[in-house]
Amino acid sequence: MSIRLGAIIAGLGIVGILFFWSLLPGAINYAPAEKPDYYAFKEKPVAPEGGFSFEGPFGKWDNAQLQRGYQVYKEVCAACHGLKFVAFRNLSELGYSEAEVQAEAANWIVPGIDPNTGEATTRPGKPTDQFPSPFANDVAAAAANNNAIPPDLSLMTKARKDGTNYVYSLLAGYGEPDPEIAASVSEFETPTGLYFNKYFANVNIAMAPPIAADGQVTYADGTEATVDQMSADVAAFLTWTAEPTLVKRKQTGWPVLGFLLFATILAYLSKKQIWAGLKPKKK
Amino acid sequence: MSFAWAKQYEPKNDFTKWIDEKLPLPRLVYNAVGAGYPVPRNLNYMWNFGVLAGFCLMIQIITGVILAMHYAANAEVAFATTEHIMRNVNSGWLMRYAHANGASFFFIVIYLHIFRGFYYSSYKAPREMIWLLGVVIFLLMMATAFMGYVLPWGQMSFWGAKVITGLFGAIPLVGESLQTWLLGGFAPDNAALNRFFSLHFLLPFVIAGVVILHIWALHIPGSSNPTGIEVKKESDTVPFHPYYTAKDGFGLGIFLLAFTFMVFFLPNTLGHPDNYIEANPLSTPALIVPEWYFLPFYAILRAFTSDLTIPFTGIILVPAKLLGVIAMFGSILIWFILPWLDKSPVRSGHYRPMFKKFFWFGLIPCMALLTYCGGAPAEEPYVLLSQIATAYYFLHFLVILPIVSQIEVPKPLPYSITESVLGSDDTAPENSASSDAKGAGEAGSLQPAE
Repeated sequence: MSIRLGAIIAGLGIVGILFFWSLLPGAINYAPAEKPDYYAFKEKPVAPEGGFSFEGPFGKWDNAQLQRGYQVYKEVCAACHGLKFVAFRNLSELGYSEAEVQAEAANWIVPGIDPNTGEATTRPGKPTDQFPSPFANDVAAAAANNNAIPPDLSLMTKARKDGTNYVYSLLAGYGEPDPEIAASVSEFETPTGLYFNKYFANVNIAMAPPIAADGQVTYADGTEATVDQMSADVAAFLTWTAEPTLVKRKQTGWPVLGFLLFATILAYLSKKQIWAGLKPKKK
Repeated sequence: MSFAWAKQYEPKNDFTKWIDEKLPLPRLVYNAVGAGYPVPRNLNYMWNFGVLAGFCLMIQIITGVILAMHYAANAEVAFATTEHIMRNVNSGWLMRYAHANGASFFFIVIYLHIFRGFYYSSYKAPREMIWLLGVVIFLLMMATAFMGYVLPWGQMSFWGAKVITGLFGAIPLVGESLQTWLLGGFAPDNAALNRFFSLHFLLPFVIAGVVILHIWALHIPGSSNPTGIEVKKESDTVPFHPYYTAKDGFGLGIFLLAFTFMVFFLPNTLGHPDNYIEANPLSTPALIVPEWYFLPFYAILRAFTSDLTIPFTGIILVPAKLLGVIAMFGSILIWFILPWLDKSPVRSGHYRPMFKKFFWFGLIPCMALLTYCGGAPAEEPYVLLSQIATAYYFLHFLVILPIVSQIEVPKPLPYSITESVLGSDDTAPENSASSDAKGAGEAGSLQPAE
């Protein structure tokens, strides 16, 4: 009996401490948390019209889109953002030939070592090189960007909730605050040097609108380069950089599930047969 | 245990006879999970989870050993080698996703296994030792999972490590030195990452060892069953093989379908996006949350918001953080005394009307609420909700369970397992089915004398 009595006393004790010292004062001073003002403007990421080809259980890469997205990255994003986990050789997965990958890699300047003097220098990229970082180090990156370090984009779409749509929405979603909401919220102001974007965590982002106007990039395949199109294309490209094995993963999944379904049905039937003799006969 | 009617292992040919003489391993397997182990014939699908937990442990060890071949436990490169596994190692993505989701599924399985134990009072005599070893396994699993989550060295890895090791800092006098000693520094860094990796590799094998003890202890009284009455005779049991190997095989199929579906189609759903951002000691995530399987205990930790003071004096007896730490560890440690808190002679929740209500309408919603609050920010109304749920949690185990087991009138038990399955038992004494006193008294005789 003593252990149960002890437990009851201990239980009432701990609940008493919780109740009188934490719960009761908390309940008396109860105040639901107030969201900061900017929450009024915030919106969840949206998908571009028609969605993305790689979504859903049967999704596949759209190589033309990935190539366009790569072009946007190269001509726009790469000025500030690195892609350190991706190598030029990986571009062959976007449908580029070996020669094209070689030529593409050579367009980039990567850090190297002078073979004669051993001094640090730069050289054209090779397919085995990773994408170079645009800044020498974080301090240089912060100094050049109003103290905000442009993050590496290799994993961006996995590092945000609903990442692909987030990148698309963020890029296409710059604009002015809704005047109606702004009127209802006192003292809302986007600080100097920041830009309003209703999809960003606190709606004020340090990145100037990178894709500012239609036709900023001239697509090699003739697709019309609207802001919306470029944003969607680069979001697709960054989904590929974040998880190059995404489509392969889904394609591997189907035969595995199919086999397991078959095996599970067999297992069920053999279980049924083995147990058949034990069940009471229905009368 | 060997019931008198258990089948005996008989080596068939010269080779198996020779093996049986030198190292009777086939005999051991035959008696442990073969035809030589008689098991109650009425086990439902809730009894599948023991085998599934063992299977999960194997998945984790196999995928984990392969991952360790490509991973480097160094704060400079840990995040990069994790990405190297995802991108450059053949099928590395599959190994890593299987390992990460495998941990989640291991916990799903183990929680179902534990809550089955709660509902059917599997912890009661004569099976206390199995239960105690099970709680040890659970604690080891939590330690292993926590340290494993640190290894990719993402933002949640780093800040999770900081918060959890910070708990030791709450211990009076020695706390801060203890925390520094555990981490090998003042904050999680290379030293911490290296020792976490070492222990994360070691502990699964310790778990495997305790699992062997768990199964050994199980074979002394034999498996419990949904009626909670003990095996009386041969017709109450069936040999483990082929009956339960077949049933477990089907259960394994269902489990693997769910598991592979998550691995191949939703591999990141149970994880946190912030862990795809490399650890940065200078940037605190907006909301630090542990993996989902720790959320109920995290909610208990955060439920204590005020120091325990002497009223009107302001003298602090116990700081809030220490109260939270004590409650969090206590919430699991109380499972160790569970077999002695619940004195009802009836095991199965089926026959315990009051207990059953507290289980379904008390404990289960309480755990769901704790899980939800654990993942929410530390603000109202989540704080208040987690306090209510925490209060119920402790009341349930420490107060309600002992009292309910004292005052509850159980429903009549069937005479035997055979009767519960077939509807009648030829060997049962006359009008036994309606005699609750007999059934309850009989099971009660297995309670330890006090």
